[in-house]
Amino acid sequence: MAQETMLALIGRCSGTIAAHAQGLTALDQAIGDGDHGLNMARGFNALAAAAQEIAALPFGEALQKAGMTLVMTVGGASGPLYGSLLIGMGKAAREMPRTSAEAAAMLDAGVAAVKARGKSDAGAKTMLDVLVPVQAALAAGAGPAQIRETADAALAATRDMRATKGRAAFLGERSVGHLDPGARSSALLIHAVCDVLEGL
Amino acid sequence: MTENVSIVIVSHSPDVAKGAADMVRQMVGEEVKVAWCGGNPDGGLGTNVESILRAIEQVWSPKGVAVLVDLGGAETNSEMAIEMLSGGRGANVQICDAPVVEGAVMAATEAASGASLEAVRATAEDF
Repeated sequence: MAQETMLALIGRCSGTIAAHAQGLTALDQAIGDGDHGLNMARGFNALAAAAQEIAALPFGEALQKAGMTLVMTVGGASGPLYGSLLIGMGKAAREMPRTSAEAAAMLDAGVAAVKARGKSDAGAKTMLDVLVPVQAALAAGAGPAQIRETADAALAATRDMRATKGRAAFLGERSVGHLDPGARSSALLIHAVCDVLEGL
Repeated sequence: MTENVSIVIVSHSPDVAKGAADMVRQMVGEEVKVAWCGGNPDGGLGTNVESILRAIEQVWSPKGVAVLVDLGGAETNSEMAIEMLSGGRGANVQICDAPVVEGAVMAATEAASGASLEAVRATAEDF
């Protein structure tokens, strides 16, 4: 069961990244170095290729292995960032969470790892601006539909933010008016995860 | 030969990384080991953890390794690679907050004098 869920999660996540790779790259060309879509697609292709091997592992180890696969294959800052998210979550959860509270605790550990890796927090126009509110919603007991709404609203809110991290930080005020590509990929992945878990 | 601190250059562009390493070799000579890496796993612009790990291993010195990086992802990927080094060796590797070309030359010049990793880093960052 857990194995099938892991395969479904990897399939859905890599599918959505592949489908939106061009859009992510277009966002990144506006305020980053223009490689986010390509890098994420490379990493999630590698993840899809290793799906059977990963899904055969116990849940926590599977997440860590998936994270390490992204670290080694993405080829940009998003590799260590998404990798740290999954590795942090995998270290915190030996088994698949059964309640919102367990899932929130697991995601909290992952978000903490992203903050440490990126030396950042919410408000800097990054993936954390989606992950932090999503984690808070999960901790408050939100279901998949509310989680998706939270992610979408949080993503939209990055448009008016001014970047203080990454290449977009060089742009200062010029980063305002564009969605953050990392926040966009996080929102896409959260939708994918919600879609799979809702169907269980 | 007494070991000196080694230098690793990480750029999004393999051409930039190699060019900076060439400058170090010409200006500082062979007393300091220099490795470089650049590019994503597909050969495009970017940086990746695996090649950074390989570069550090290639010039490993018990005296330490100073890493020079260009932009954003180069630093994040280098930090990840340093944490992944086996045997706790990451404690002996430091990223210098310095421009990649000038920093590499300054760091290597200091390293050639037999200076400690801390001194090498400080010299690069002073530039």
